[in-house]
Amino acid sequence: MQMIDTVFGVSPDVLALRSRRTELIANNIANADTPHYKAVDLDFSSALAQARGGFTGSGLQQTNAMHIDGTGSTGLGADVRYRMPIQPSLDGNTVEVDREHLAFMDNAIRYQASLNFLNGRIQGLLTALRGE
Amino acid sequence: MSIFNVFNVAGSALAAQSVRLNTISSNLANAEVVSGSAEEVYQARYPVFAATLSNAINSEEARGVRVDRIVQSAEPARKEFSPEHPLADEAGFIYYSNVNTVEEMANMISASRSYQSNIEAMNTAKHLILQTLNLGR
Repeated sequence: MQMIDTVFGVSPDVLALRSRRTELIANNIANADTPHYKAVDLDFSSALAQARGGFTGSGLQQTNAMHIDGTGSTGLGADVRYRMPIQPSLDGNTVEVDREHLAFMDNAIRYQASLNFLNGRIQGLLTALRGE
Repeated sequence: MSIFNVFNVAGSALAAQSVRLNTISSNLANAEVVSGSAEEVYQARYPVFAATLSNAINSEEARGVRVDRIVQSAEPARKEFSPEHPLADEAGFIYYSNVNTVEEMANMISASRSYQSNIEAMNTAKHLILQTLNLGR
């Protein structure tokens, strides 16, 4: 018998990360006119691996408690990366609104896909429980 | 849940963009202001945006945008020789404000587009939240 928290598989973690990414991209769009603002995005696969307790995919291996964690140097979360601009603007801002819109839309659709998977799973479980 | 934060972030951007629209309308309204000296005449105002940093220690993840300050344009006022004007100085010059109307119009389009994109982001977030609330029904 599966535990109730493993029944839903990867979808709850994906939803949490997708909502975090939504927030990051909304922040990029909000700062589209801020001088020297650098656009950021979530490194989704490594963030998901981290959330699932697997290989983190980034950072230095620490073999001693005194070692410095290599991911802390940017001041961002371990899985947040700066976006490389295609056309950097004169004021040092690296937000490209079209790309951010694209990323936002893509993220929203994938969020909805995860919601659909979860819904299907819930419906399936309910049918099994009712036994009608 | 962090998706609710989209409202804070996009809301701060709406506020900042409306300040920008306000300064633009102020600049446009005062575009033809005339004065007797170059110092007293209206100078174009521009807001300077800055990213708001989150309160979390060791985190530079920004949380929205704010208007850092409003600066006045340093461009020299437009000077015109018009001795019969009632505001003319001893040498017969009057000074127009340094507002560039074309620049302001382009600025206005940029501000309203930014406003729209933030509204769009808010709408999408609202849609996602409502769908999440209906999960399992």
